[in-house]
Amino acid sequence: MNLSYITLLLLCQLAGEVIVRLVGLPLPGPVLGMMLLFLGLVIHGRVPNGLDGVVKGILGNFALLFIPASVGVMVHLNTLATEWLPIAAAVLISTFCTIVFTGRLMQHLTRSEGEDKS
Amino acid sequence: MTGELQSIWVYLAASPLLGLTSTLVAYQGAMWLFERSGRSPLLNPIVVSVTAIAGFLMATGTEYRTYFDGAQFVHFLLGPATVALAVPLYRQMPVLRRAWPVIVLTIVLGAVMAAVSAVAVGWSLGGSEKVLMSLSAKSVTMPIAMGITERVGGIPSLTAVMVMLTGIFGATCGAWILDKTGVRHPAARGLALGIASHGIGTVRALQMGEMAGAFAGLAIGLTGIATAFLVPVLVLWVK
Repeated sequence: MNLSYITLLLLCQLAGEVIVRLVGLPLPGPVLGMMLLFLGLVIHGRVPNGLDGVVKGILGNFALLFIPASVGVMVHLNTLATEWLPIAAAVLISTFCTIVFTGRLMQHLTRSEGEDKS
Repeated sequence: MTGELQSIWVYLAASPLLGLTSTLVAYQGAMWLFERSGRSPLLNPIVVSVTAIAGFLMATGTEYRTYFDGAQFVHFLLGPATVALAVPLYRQMPVLRRAWPVIVLTIVLGAVMAAVSAVAVGWSLGGSEKVLMSLSAKSVTMPIAMGITERVGGIPSLTAVMVMLTGIFGATCGAWILDKTGVRHPAARGLALGIASHGIGTVRALQMGEMAGAFAGLAIGLTGIATAFLVPVLVLWVK
């Protein structure tokens, strides 16, 4: 773990939070922080080794980070019990439609682009 | 003896140690189970650990807030982890550079489709406002999804449930849906799974091959960004 790259991640997040509030953007601060880091990597032209190690450490146990907030579902069991139908239907129908729509669209666009070139 | 145990419990229940330790223990147990099952999407480690912890808290009559006092140290890392997503996204630059107009167009339309259709179906079946808000980010990778719902007044933990359900459905049925609807191009298959079912769908796409995996991975971050811009606008429009 390289401390300076952990600091870099936190600085990006901090910059994201500050800019989001200053400009009044509707984005979550960390998402803007991610865009800032991405921009930095594009300008820098490669991923520094130390950063790669830190990121592997964090993303390697990605699932762990969702647990504390997810346990909060125990407070909302009533909501799940009374609204299981709209929730289940929305998840199933919307996910199905999104997979079909984006899959067909991407296949169509990729093919027509290929034909343009040939 | 029982009195002693009780006083130990009273001490532990009030300190952050218990919330933090139970989170790490449950996660590692769930990971072990997940690996043993050959990474079955039905034994998703998050679902297993959350069920175990919530069951433990309810059995011992511990409040969620008390648990979270300890677990917040893990929760805090969601922010830096979201920032860290820039690195895998940057690794997809060769793919992105080659076909970015097509990819960006598909992802933006896909993000609109995922959010609008989920909210519309939930609304038509009488879902309450907090459920609809929480549904809007269901196709987005967990840290970004929680950030989005927090921002628009939904409930992050409900979003977490919906994100999990979406991911598991996409991972278990996505390939079959793509087969049935004639989507054969690996780039299109991977991108569709990544857009609709984020990281969990991406794990499935990686099993299909390197190209499908790369496109799915690309979709995680970009769908998150597109949805983060889109949902607050959608909320204003609905209200």
